[in-house]
Amino acid sequence: MNEVKVVEGSEAVALAVKACRPHVISAYPISPQTHIVESLARMVADGELDAQYVRVESEFSAASVLAGASAAGSRSYTASSSQGLLLMTEVLYASAGMRLPFVMTGVNRSISAPINIQVDHQDTMSLRDAGLIQFYVESSQEAYDVHLAAFKIAEDPQIMLPVMVCMDGWVLTHSYERVAFADQKAVDEFLPPFRPENYLDPAHPKSWGSYAEADVLMEFKYAIHRAMSLGKARIKEILAEVAAFTGRDHGGLIEAYRTADADVVLVAMGSMVGTIKDAVDELRQGGKKVGLVKIRCYRPFPYEEIEEAIRGAKVVGVMDANFSMGSEGAVGLDLKAKLCGRPEAPLIIDYIAGLGGREINAQTIRKLVARTEDVYRSRLILPESEWVDLNPAILS
Amino acid sequence: MCAAKVETRESLFVSGHRACHGCGLALAVRHILEATGPNVIVVSPTGCLETFTSPYGYSPWRVPWIHHVFENAPAVASGVVAALKAQGRPVTRVVAIGGDGATFDIGFGALSGMLERGDDVLYICTDNGAYMNTGGQRSGATPSWASTTTHPAGKQSVGKTERKKDLPEIVAAHGIPYVATASVAYLRDLKKKVKKAMTFHGPRYIQIDTPCPSGWNFPSHLTLEVGRQAVKCGLVPLFEMENGKIIGVRKLKKKLPVTEYLQGQKRYRHLFESDGGQSELQKLQAEADKNIEKYGLMESG
Repeated sequence: MNEVKVVEGSEAVALAVKACRPHVISAYPISPQTHIVESLARMVADGELDAQYVRVESEFSAASVLAGASAAGSRSYTASSSQGLLLMTEVLYASAGMRLPFVMTGVNRSISAPINIQVDHQDTMSLRDAGLIQFYVESSQEAYDVHLAAFKIAEDPQIMLPVMVCMDGWVLTHSYERVAFADQKAVDEFLPPFRPENYLDPAHPKSWGSYAEADVLMEFKYAIHRAMSLGKARIKEILAEVAAFTGRDHGGLIEAYRTADADVVLVAMGSMVGTIKDAVDELRQGGKKVGLVKIRCYRPFPYEEIEEAIRGAKVVGVMDANFSMGSEGAVGLDLKAKLCGRPEAPLIIDYIAGLGGREINAQTIRKLVARTEDVYRSRLILPESEWVDLNPAILS
Repeated sequence: MCAAKVETRESLFVSGHRACHGCGLALAVRHILEATGPNVIVVSPTGCLETFTSPYGYSPWRVPWIHHVFENAPAVASGVVAALKAQGRPVTRVVAIGGDGATFDIGFGALSGMLERGDDVLYICTDNGAYMNTGGQRSGATPSWASTTTHPAGKQSVGKTERKKDLPEIVAAHGIPYVATASVAYLRDLKKKVKKAMTFHGPRYIQIDTPCPSGWNFPSHLTLEVGRQAVKCGLVPLFEMENGKIIGVRKLKKKLPVTEYLQGQKRYRHLFESDGGQSELQKLQAEADKNIEKYGLMESG
């Protein structure tokens, strides 16, 4: 039933999108996202995918086309990276506000300047407050499976928000991996056609995108937050449904890896997770009680699940491939904010690593675990996030 | 999220909206919808139209209407068209109605993209020559020598020194089937053009001169008169283009001096208050004369 092929990560995503039968695809080229939308374009050109493909003049218009298509009642999809995602920012906020449930892949890439096309999470992190549901994936297989879930999550009547699946550029999009594909019939049974309660229809004229004054605006915003918070349970159910029909369970909102008795827990997202898991296994062999929390769903933030997984840990090291200038890494901030004031909360150290594609390997992880233990033992109060592997010669 | 259902009345754009007294734009929109009929989806960018028609819970629109952000109405319209195609709803047509700031300036890239793709959208620009929703700032559509809040006339300024962008020509250069200019002062002509535009498929563009009593500062009962003067003096030529060729113009029986049109509007008052304004008035007359010649506007000519 599940066909297995070795494919490029981008192709895996395109095949997942195809299996979800979108009506409308709109895209603009930017590396390293482009292979996904090229694959989809080829599928449309060859008649393998029956979708309207709108070739736009900017990422801003790509997202805008999705907004229009989604409001008109069509399942729609786009992908972008880096500067392209930033250009879409205004449209994404408005689309979440108007509860337009399209799906997009955020192929992670660094933000200018300096211009750089390698992976980090600064681009999608810059959109974390837009009202999008955000997933981060570890592998091409997980990218495939999460995209199947994404449309159903977005279109759930209790949620109705855009979903962004974040996937590390190059490392995942351009590498070839063994990927198992779902049976089309199973996908169709899982994901019925998009039939929204409201859509642009002359038979039932309604006005969309109203001007809201202070008397109602806060309620609109809170409604998005509530859809996310209450949506957590629904997201878990839908991920479990995908796990059931694909036979692959990547976990729920998080994956807790060897955390049960861990003294030191790392928290990470994206493709670096694979490297960290290997390093954790190796450290465990050496007798160190190390574990990992992989965040799969970042918005809504799975605070309860993380708290459960790190209960009993002495110290937590957060790996942020992003940075809030003048402050700290985003995931570290999220976690600290949620744990602040909790009795027996572990010490949290925030590491900034891997920006602009800087390598994170097993040695990096071993070093960070050692540093984390040192900080814990010496009761150091760190003044700010620790930037990993900075070169003092360049800084001077 | 959707607003509550709109009240039921004959018109597709009903009363109760919050446009200013004498608003040319509001009048234009009602007549646009009379010409398109009910089977349309309207897309609007941010601007006066969005502001005065959409306070949450109220709506004068009796056709489905969507506003998203300022600079993306053409792309949102393309998305609606793509969805209608995908769903097999070919009878419903898409009309975008946006102001000159959204059309000439901030949404110009999206407009050009939509035109180039050939999407089946009637794009109507209601042109009042400035950012009126934010208090009358200069736009690419502001005519020469008009005073705006961001390019005011002053001791060392005669207002806008640049030309108004010739958007109908730029739009026509995309090779689209239908381009027209119209004025809210000539409603029969306006409706005829909208109806004709609806007979074509692909992108179509109509630019409507919509005098703005609040922004141009003239008495609100004179909107149509000011609009007529703009046409009669030649500064707003009314024409139709099909497939890049002019196929008709609204002829003038008698040429009105541009000063007759300009003098009642505060945005040009500085030209009449100092001797220095004479040369600008002459330049505006020359521009009108050039239009008259270019489009062959005189009945005798």
